[in-house]
Amino acid sequence: MNTKVTIAGVELQNPVMTASGTFGSGAEYSEFIDLNALGAVVTKGVSNVPWQGNKTPRIAETYGGMLNAIGLQNPGVDIMIKRDIPFLRQYNTKIIVNVCGKSEQDYCEVVEQLSEEPVDMLEINISCPNVKEGGIAFGQDPKAVESITKAVKKYAKQPVIMKLSPNVTSIVDMAKAAEAGGADALSLINTLTGMKIDIHKRDFALANQTGGLSGPAIKPVAVRMVYQAAHAVKLPIIGMGGISNWEDAVEFLLAGATAISVGTANFYNPTATIEIVKGIEAYLEKYGYTDIKEIIGMV
Amino acid sequence: MAEKWKEQATIVRQDEIAIDIYSIWFQTKQIAQMAKPGQFINIYSKEGSRLLPRPISICEINKKKGQVRVVYRVAGKGTEEFSHYHAGTVLDIIGPLGNGYTLKEKKAFLVGGGIGIPPLLELAKQLKCEKQIVVGFRGETFLTEELAKYGALSIATEDGRAGTKGTVLDAIKEKHLTADIIYACGPTPMLRAIKEYAMEHGIEAQISLEEKMACGIGACLACVCQSKDIDEHSNVKNKRVCKDGPVFDAQEVEL
Repeated sequence: MNTKVTIAGVELQNPVMTASGTFGSGAEYSEFIDLNALGAVVTKGVSNVPWQGNKTPRIAETYGGMLNAIGLQNPGVDIMIKRDIPFLRQYNTKIIVNVCGKSEQDYCEVVEQLSEEPVDMLEINISCPNVKEGGIAFGQDPKAVESITKAVKKYAKQPVIMKLSPNVTSIVDMAKAAEAGGADALSLINTLTGMKIDIHKRDFALANQTGGLSGPAIKPVAVRMVYQAAHAVKLPIIGMGGISNWEDAVEFLLAGATAISVGTANFYNPTATIEIVKGIEAYLEKYGYTDIKEIIGMV
Repeated sequence: MAEKWKEQATIVRQDEIAIDIYSIWFQTKQIAQMAKPGQFINIYSKEGSRLLPRPISICEINKKKGQVRVVYRVAGKGTEEFSHYHAGTVLDIIGPLGNGYTLKEKKAFLVGGGIGIPPLLELAKQLKCEKQIVVGFRGETFLTEELAKYGALSIATEDGRAGTKGTVLDAIKEKHLTADIIYACGPTPMLRAIKEYAMEHGIEAQISLEEKMACGIGACLACVCQSKDIDEHSNVKNKRVCKDGPVFDAQEVEL
C-alpha cells in the first residue's frame, strides 16, 4: 500500500504531520512516540529574535475545545538552527519550520536565515490571532496575503506553505491571493478567535482576553474551508483543525487535503499522530485502496 | 522513550478525606517505579468534551505494589468527574511529569498550604533527616495524622479552628522553629512569603509552582513562570512549570 504524498516536490512517507505550536520541535514528544513514523514535523513558530509571549493564564478549556493565547513565545531562529533542526535531522521525517514575524522584513529575515539550513519546507504563519503586530494582520486581506507571499518567496530556497486564518469572510479569496503570490502550498486552518469569561472571578479566562479556539469544536469549519480552498486553487493543501483520530484525518483527505496536521489532540493524547498513521492505513486496506492518492479530494 | 509513560491506570481505592478533598490510589505499570516526590501526573477525563488533562501532584508512592496516590480538590467539572469514580475504574494517565524536589540531608522545613500539602507526604517519607512539617489550611484540615508520622507537625488555620490562627509563617514564628532548607508547595502568596523568609535567613528554598497547563510535557508553553535570568531552553525569561518545574529554586523565579 502506498501512503506517500508529495507536496511541492517534497515526498512525505505518509500524510500525517504535526500542527505548529502543539508539538514544540518534537523533543518532548519523542519520549512518547517514534518521530520516524511521521510524515513531517512542523515546528513551533520561530521569529528573527526571541519572543517572550503573553502573560499567563495562556490557556482555557472550552466545551470540546480550548483557547490559547501563548503569543508565539519562541527562542528565536538562531536557537532553532543550532538546537532544534539538528535534533530533528536525526529522524527519518521531513522538517517544516513555521515562521512568524511582526513585519514583512521580520519574516524575510527568518526565511533568509533558514535558506541554507537542512529544512524541507517553510510554513509562513500569517494567521496567529494572539499577537498585537504581524500574525493575523497579514492574513485577513487578500492584497496583504499576496504581498507577503511574494516577499518571502524572494528569499526562500525551500517550498513555501502559507498558513491561512479562518477569521476571514472568504477563505477562497485568501487561498487565491496566496496562489497569486507564488505560494507552493497552503495550510488551513489556524485557530478561530474566541473569548471565555470566568464567571466566578468575573474576569477574562485568558490574560490576553481573547485567544485562538482549537480542538474538535472547530473541525467542521476546517473541513468546509479545506473543501472550498481545494476547489478554488491548484495548490496542495495541508488540512488541520480539530483532528483527533484517523476518522477525522480521512475526512480531511476526502475533502481535498493532500496531508493533514494533528494539533490540539497531541495535548490530550501524546500518541495521537501514530494512531492516526496506523488508522489511515487500516482504512485504505478495508476499502481496497492501494494508494492514498485515490481518496484525496474524492468528495 | 525514557522516563514518561502513558498508561491506563486502575483506581485501587478512592476516599473523600475532607470536604471536596479526595484521595485516589492508582495501580500503575511503570509510573510508580519512576516517580519522585514533587512530580505530578496528568489524568484524562472520560468525557470527550473535556479535552485537557488535569495535572495533579503525587502524594504517595508505593513502589512495591506499583501504586501512586493523588490527593486533589474538586475545583471544576473535571475533578468532580474523577471524584465519582470507584475502585476498578480505569483512567488514562501520563507521568511521572516534572522534576520533583531535590532531596538534601539537612534540617528541613516542609511547608504546605491547602491543596499544595499532598506532595509533602511522600517527601516527608523519603527525607531522612530532622523535619519540621508546617501546614496551613483555610479551615478544615486533612492529611495531618499521616504527616505527623514523619516529622514534627505544626498546623496553621485561617479561621483558627486548629493550631496557630493565621498563616504557616505565623506558626513558624510563634513556635520559634528553624531549619536549614525549605521545601514548599502552596498558593503563590504563601510561596512569595516563603521566598522572602528564605532570603532573610539565607537558606535554600525549593518551591513548587502551579499554572494552567495544556500538554504537561513542555511542548505547548502555556504554563510558563517568569525566571530571574534568561532560561536556556526558552531563550527568554520564562521557564516551563510542567517541565523545568514544578519545583524551582525560589531564587531563580519571580513570583
